[in-house]
Amino acid sequence: MTDGGRPGTAGRARHRVEAVLLPVLGVAVTLAAFEVAPRIGLLPRTSFPPFSEIFTTLTDLVTTAELWGAVLDTLDAWARALAIATLIGVPLGLAIGSNQVGALLSRLTIDFLRPIPSVALIPILVLVYGTRPSLKVTLAVFGATFPLLFQAMYGVADVDPVAKDTARAFGMGWWTRLRHIVVPSCAPYIATGLRISASVALILVVTGEYIVGVPGLGAEVLVAYSSGAFERMYALILVAGLLGLVVNLGFHAVERRVLSWHPSHRPDEGGAG
Amino acid sequence: MTRSWAGRLVLLLVLPVALVGLWWWTSADSGSVYYPPLTRIVDKLQEDWLFEQVGSDLLPSLGRFTAGYLIAAVTGIALGTLVGLAPRVRRASQPVTEFLRSIPPPLLLPFVLVVVGLGNASKIVLIVLGSVWPVLLNTIDGVHGVDSQTLDMARSFGIGRRTQITRVILPAASPKIAVGMRTALSVALILMVISEMQASTNGLGFKVLSAQRSFDTAGTYAGVIVIGAVGLVVNLGFLAAEGWIMRWHRGARGLLDEAPRAPGPGRGLWSRARAAAAPPVADERPMAGTTGAVE
Repeated sequence: MTDGGRPGTAGRARHRVEAVLLPVLGVAVTLAAFEVAPRIGLLPRTSFPPFSEIFTTLTDLVTTAELWGAVLDTLDAWARALAIATLIGVPLGLAIGSNQVGALLSRLTIDFLRPIPSVALIPILVLVYGTRPSLKVTLAVFGATFPLLFQAMYGVADVDPVAKDTARAFGMGWWTRLRHIVVPSCAPYIATGLRISASVALILVVTGEYIVGVPGLGAEVLVAYSSGAFERMYALILVAGLLGLVVNLGFHAVERRVLSWHPSHRPDEGGAG
Repeated sequence: MTRSWAGRLVLLLVLPVALVGLWWWTSADSGSVYYPPLTRIVDKLQEDWLFEQVGSDLLPSLGRFTAGYLIAAVTGIALGTLVGLAPRVRRASQPVTEFLRSIPPPLLLPFVLVVVGLGNASKIVLIVLGSVWPVLLNTIDGVHGVDSQTLDMARSFGIGRRTQITRVILPAASPKIAVGMRTALSVALILMVISEMQASTNGLGFKVLSAQRSFDTAGTYAGVIVIGAVGLVVNLGFLAAEGWIMRWHRGARGLLDEAPRAPGPGRGLWSRARAAAAPPVADERPMAGTTGAVE
């Protein structure tokens, strides 16, 4: 992502204007397309209203307690799932990644579990939890643990062996080494894992809500869909998209701030971000 | 640390065998509706999936998955190349793509159902809409990131635009594209299942959900096992294909003989997956996970 850099001094000012104008233009064109397409019949008017109508519904919707209740339900399950996934994934990943016996022991099990599409578990979870919130939390934990587990594994395997040996030679204890060598070295990996898992968990929480009808944003979409309230349905989907975007950008920002000291974050990454 | 071949094999097998054994043993005389005996699940697995529902449910699912995934891959690579080569378009489209890929893909199901309809087409469209993003964004990123000196060199040799794309740009972007396609694979699998859970009359997702609704617990577990097996086979197939197609790349980078630094000896799929798993920040943009690692 080495953005910029290329244009000469003359192009720099224009470059800066473009950096603002182009994204605005992109959004404007897209919105216009979603406004016009239903009106000229490119999208079916009855099932896909023009964007302005969706937007009006959205502005009405944001003043309702109903929407915020649903958003809170969703975020609550998301936060729990992410916390549990972190508590399982990171220690387990560090343990597995740091010794060969652990790696061998867990390898087939992990390789077998990981490709299972998490949503396949929904029917079993329905049997166990019905439509209680635990369903979506469990679903999200299953999906969100793997990225953290793998990032922690890669991270701990990537600790500089010289640093480890040096620390041992200086007589540092197990805890000190973990605290000063292993954790800082793994931090960028784990931060990336957290960001990925945060998105995954949100998707799975909303999926559980939508498919099973557990209260939350997804269930609201389901209700709007089945009652034919399409403006509302699209408005809610937009809200879910915004939520996804906020989570994503938020974790990106945290990652960048927390790890600004780390070599992988230091260079002039400046680009577009 | 070296360990005998047999010792490694034992370590590999201990946990899976123990877990299955535990499951088999604890469920043997389980009276719980939710926890049927493993033997009954296995019976059900044979009854339903060897091969009664293979033609009626498994194959339609796989067909839709394949169609959706391939369309997404081709669209993503083609569009991604175009956008990646046009810096202005790339910057203009960024906020929009960033937003669209943030929408939880399963929520596109109602959109697809009302706009496209209930048939096969809507399921394929859903798979495409969900899994195109990782391919698209990675391709844009890979194409955009092609070393400018390489491009200058190609240009100074008078190589035409088309040849530049097929012989220089796409190969240089291919590692990134491969990462995107791997992420897209799991998204496509998930959407295959999801699309069959609502307004559907056949397929794996339909079968497990209807088994659950009729309180056929053993059948539900059997269906989940089949979906898991499909996921496993598809992923292994992808890794094998990727390893084969990308072997020039590992050769060029001198990775072929690289001893895996992570634990886990050997050079099988596992180490390849590992070698392919880029360091944390190399993957940055692609977001191995927006939807990604929903595996």
